[in-house]
Amino acid sequence: MEKRPFSFYLLAAFFALFVLFLYGPTITIGILSFQGPQGGLTFPMRGVSLHWFRDLFEEQAVGDIWGAFRRSLVLGLLVMVATVVFSVMAGLAFRKRFLGSGVLFYVAITSLVIPSILISLGVGLIFNQLGLKVHWATSGFGSQLTWTLPFGLLIMFAVFNRFDKSFEEAARDQGATAWQTIRHVVLPIIAPSLIGVALFGFTLSYDEFARTLLTAGSYNTLPLEVFGMTTNVTSPVIYALGTLTTLFSFAIIGVFLLAAWVMARRRARRGSDAGKGV
Amino acid sequence: MSEGVSEAVAPKAAWRPGNDLTGWLQAAPLTLILLAFLLAPIAMIVVVSFWGATEFSIYPDFQFDNYAFLFGSEVTYRVFLATFKYAFITWAFTLAIGFTVAYFLAFHIRSQPIQIALFLVCTIPFWTSNIIRMISWIPFLGRNGIANQTLIDWGLIDQPLEWLLYSDFSVILAFVHLYTLFMVVPIFNTMVRIDRALLEAARDNGASGLQTLVHVILPLTKPGIMIGTIFVVTLVMGDFITVRFMSGSQRANVGRLISNDIGLLQYPSAAATAVVLLLTVLIVIGILLRFVNIRKEL
Repeated sequence: MEKRPFSFYLLAAFFALFVLFLYGPTITIGILSFQGPQGGLTFPMRGVSLHWFRDLFEEQAVGDIWGAFRRSLVLGLLVMVATVVFSVMAGLAFRKRFLGSGVLFYVAITSLVIPSILISLGVGLIFNQLGLKVHWATSGFGSQLTWTLPFGLLIMFAVFNRFDKSFEEAARDQGATAWQTIRHVVLPIIAPSLIGVALFGFTLSYDEFARTLLTAGSYNTLPLEVFGMTTNVTSPVIYALGTLTTLFSFAIIGVFLLAAWVMARRRARRGSDAGKGV
Repeated sequence: MSEGVSEAVAPKAAWRPGNDLTGWLQAAPLTLILLAFLLAPIAMIVVVSFWGATEFSIYPDFQFDNYAFLFGSEVTYRVFLATFKYAFITWAFTLAIGFTVAYFLAFHIRSQPIQIALFLVCTIPFWTSNIIRMISWIPFLGRNGIANQTLIDWGLIDQPLEWLLYSDFSVILAFVHLYTLFMVVPIFNTMVRIDRALLEAARDNGASGLQTLVHVILPLTKPGIMIGTIFVVTLVMGDFITVRFMSGSQRANVGRLISNDIGLLQYPSAAATAVVLLLTVLIVIGILLRFVNIRKEL
């Protein structure tokens, strides 16, 4: 193997510092969430305890965070399913040129780059003027989709840019209908990428703040609840909560990555028997 | 223009009758969501920006008071300037860091599994909570935080530095922390698709490593840089929460101007500011899109 140039070691050190910069603060509050009961928001540690994690389970100490967690979980799953289904459908649509597809594409990009507070404000105003109550499962759900769908769509573009069309042609040549081609050829081929879309859909919703702010109504999602805590909670309990939600996010990401990995392995094993015959 | 656009969106596919109907049917859910939760809200904001407000309610009207007040106030210009300042400084840092990290991953890591693993290490924080990530800086930057303690222990300073937390410094640090990822991913994506033969050709022709970087890699990476720039600039310009949280409400940007008005129930005034912000962001994006064809780069 070729000898590593000196620049490799410099860049490797830079990369290590970058990773430290990314994860250092998270690890710090991870450690501080185990503060003793007398401990404060910064070092030194005054003992080690699970005191602040216990506090999380006592309603009066932290408000309704478990209700908020349940709502965020349900909303995340709803947004995830909608993001996958709508992105795939739109991805299929954009494979052909249809009247107005250019406009629709730029609207989707606008959805991505628009300052989030405009979505919050505008959706809030509409519901208000129509006399409807904002609720996380209606206005909150729609507002979050304006953030997750463009990501899903961009991933679908990347997927279909690399899609080998000869598979479809082969299916059609053998008499498959359009629907059969999609159901039995296209969808199975793009399935692993859909795990990626699902991961974006769930996590972006689960952590969404700005577009949900004025559209969630009287029942907060978890990020809104956490933000509320930052203004009136001044104890490590907020670190304990941060540590738990981050661990939960890591677990979710782990599950998705594992699923993608398993799927890729199964495909590699079963995909082709070329060269294995006589 | 319009021809260029449709060309950009469907580069190879030819138009066929029947495409329109299936296309719109398949794109219907996306279209409906964008109509109801993007375009209608924008329209509503534009309409409300001409309305009037009392202390407790808003009423339909058609007057330019909100805009007159906005453009007549010196605060507006200061806050817009601050917003551009945050966007520019954050952009410069995220680009420098993001480019270096992506370059390392794309050209110095030889094994693909390790490359994927390190890339995931960079992207995982993106899927965790931004608010928690902001909160995590407090024990680090606070008056008695790790940074001050360390500097005092090393004898570099006698007094804790006051500007570490709740300052422009902490705001920009948080922006860079949250958004560098948006540079790393698209730049890395364009770098791995650069034909390695080009680098070899450059070397064979006697280019030094630095010359190859500047004259071959950098120009070929431009689309990725542009996409990253679009993300970072729009995220920073539209932000209202990072500035509020990391500056302890001591600094302002346009997003905070809007959210303050919302807090005071001054929706028409908030709407007028929002319209101006949206136009500003769209103009910036319009300029940046001149340099890149997004669909082709994915």
